[in-house]
Amino acid sequence: MPPYILPFEKPILDMEKKLEDLRAFSQAQNIDVSFEIERMQNKITEMRREIYENLGAWDKVLVARHPQRPYMLDYLAAMTTDFTELHGDRVHADDRAIIGGFGWLEGRRVMFIGTQKGRDTKSNLERNFGCAYPEGYRKALRLMKLAAKFGAPIVTLIDTPGAYPGIESEERHIAEAIAVNLRDMFRLPVPIVVVVIGEGGSGGALGIGVGDRVLILEYSYYSVISPEGCAAILWKNRSYANRAAEALKLTAPDLLKAGLVDEVLPEPPGGAHADPAAMSATLKAALLRNLEELDATPVEQLLEQRYNKFRAMGVFGEDAAPAPAASPAPAS
Amino acid sequence: MAFLRKRNYSTVKVRKRDMPDGLWLKCPSCNEIIFKQELEAALNVCPKCGHHFQIGRRQRLDLLIEPGSFEEWDAQLYSVDTLGFTGVAPYLEKLEENRKKTGCRDAMLCGRARIGAHRAAIGVMDFNFLGASMGSVVGEMVTRLIERATRERLPALISCASGGARMYEGMLSLMQMAKTSGALARHAEAGLPYISLLTHPTTAGVMASFATLGDVIVAEPGALIGFAGPRVIKEATQQDLPAGFQRAEFLLQHGLLDMVVPRKDLKAAIVRLLDFMMGRPAGAPAPKPAAPAEA
Ligand SMILES: [Zn+2]
Repeated sequence: MPPYILPFEKPILDMEKKLEDLRAFSQAQNIDVSFEIERMQNKITEMRREIYENLGAWDKVLVARHPQRPYMLDYLAAMTTDFTELHGDRVHADDRAIIGGFGWLEGRRVMFIGTQKGRDTKSNLERNFGCAYPEGYRKALRLMKLAAKFGAPIVTLIDTPGAYPGIESEERHIAEAIAVNLRDMFRLPVPIVVVVIGEGGSGGALGIGVGDRVLILEYSYYSVISPEGCAAILWKNRSYANRAAEALKLTAPDLLKAGLVDEVLPEPPGGAHADPAAMSATLKAALLRNLEELDATPVEQLLEQRYNKFRAMGVFGEDAAPAPAASPAPAS
Repeated sequence: MAFLRKRNYSTVKVRKRDMPDGLWLKCPSCNEIIFKQELEAALNVCPKCGHHFQIGRRQRLDLLIEPGSFEEWDAQLYSVDTLGFTGVAPYLEKLEENRKKTGCRDAMLCGRARIGAHRAAIGVMDFNFLGASMGSVVGEMVTRLIERATRERLPALISCASGGARMYEGMLSLMQMAKTSGALARHAEAGLPYISLLTHPTTAGVMASFATLGDVIVAEPGALIGFAGPRVIKEATQQDLPAGFQRAEFLLQHGLLDMVVPRKDLKAAIVRLLDFMMGRPAGAPAPKPAAPAEA
């Protein structure tokens, strides 16, 4: 697969081209330019770091959607041994956009559940571009209950543009499938760690997103609506997606500041796609640390904390005394 | 409360702002020109074709509860612009505009009322206010309603209507789906009934949380009910949508709804459901045994 270049990565690409030219020149002329090459390599590393440190919200959305960004199965391959995929919702079908199964993380049993995108046309058709049907959410819940039965913690990895907005999704009640997951995930008596590894697309992401800890990768986003969708509605024009992305406060640091996620996992310079092995190591360490902490919490307390965590989300004004409904307070 | 004062007639009074000016209006379903008074007398249901017009929160409440039994809860909550959302239409302007339009602070009315012989926690969403989108206030009011119902061991009824999440509040609005669903998990665990009434239109984030978590899900005829909007689905799939797609009758057929009930029969239907789920209250007459079928 040829490298996929984001608009803001163009200067890096240009430098890499120059570096290649220099190498070719040195080889053809048999001249030692190793000093120059090293200088240039350092410059590229520095450039990549600087560019990624200054990404805007929309740039980060593009990184989160990068087609070479590691997906669930890449992380499982890197982090786990003996991953055993379990299929089907026992009602209708086996959704290929939400997958799950048993895996071992450093000798620890974990039920892994997550969304999976494809990398080329064929696999994207199979995975429906990471957009699940109702059966995906129902399979996810079936597997979560299985984990609860055997006392295994649950890790969900989220990377989806959203639940699939199709005719069959509606005919099989995707809204109900998501709602039931939200309700029942609050009562599962095992630890749940949620990680947004790419796109956190609205209800389709939240449908496997209720947990004791919610982590997010540095250049992932999590949003109530896609920036394009928001732009189409509020700006009447999809090309305002960059403005919408800024307004929605959907980046990892924004979400951490708002108390909507617990932890931001730093990505390697140039993003997770630049060094999937390093990203996997970071993720694995974070999962192990969080699971260990949650393991020590008694179940009743765990459920109480899980409830209170989401209960506290919301910002509103409240008068001391009930006011007549017809006199709205001045908005602050 | 003024709007609950006793009336000597049985129809529900429509406030002026619920209807466009003029004495006549055209039914969007059958194109018949209807005399407004006639429509009002028929609970805002088209006398010709049965099209259910949207109604405001007060009218909806009057339709569902015993007169004078309503005690309002949590009216002191109001929305704030936590993200500083500007763009084409700033959130604060939108809020102000909708407060003026409806005379209400946000899209939700909550409280306790009597329904038949039952004390119940009741919530009514009002589409007139920003499309009854769910932001922090709607989510908090629903959550408090359900939590209080759990504490006071009350059944809960929510009349739903919503265009979805309130984008202006970003991820906070999405998280209201989780919050409200979590509260319902506890209400259910306490063995208390929850009836969800779906009115036109109920979609998106509300649909994917408390609207579809009812022990019994009731809908009004013709209501548009779904997760994604029809336009979004058409765009995403490039397919023609089946006849009646996402309408209440379609969803009854596809197994989501327990029943589709015309507006005039709603209260009686809900009372029957509560009678069963709560157990018939003390002192209530036992139902007459059904007449044996003709032999
Ligand atoms: Zn009509």
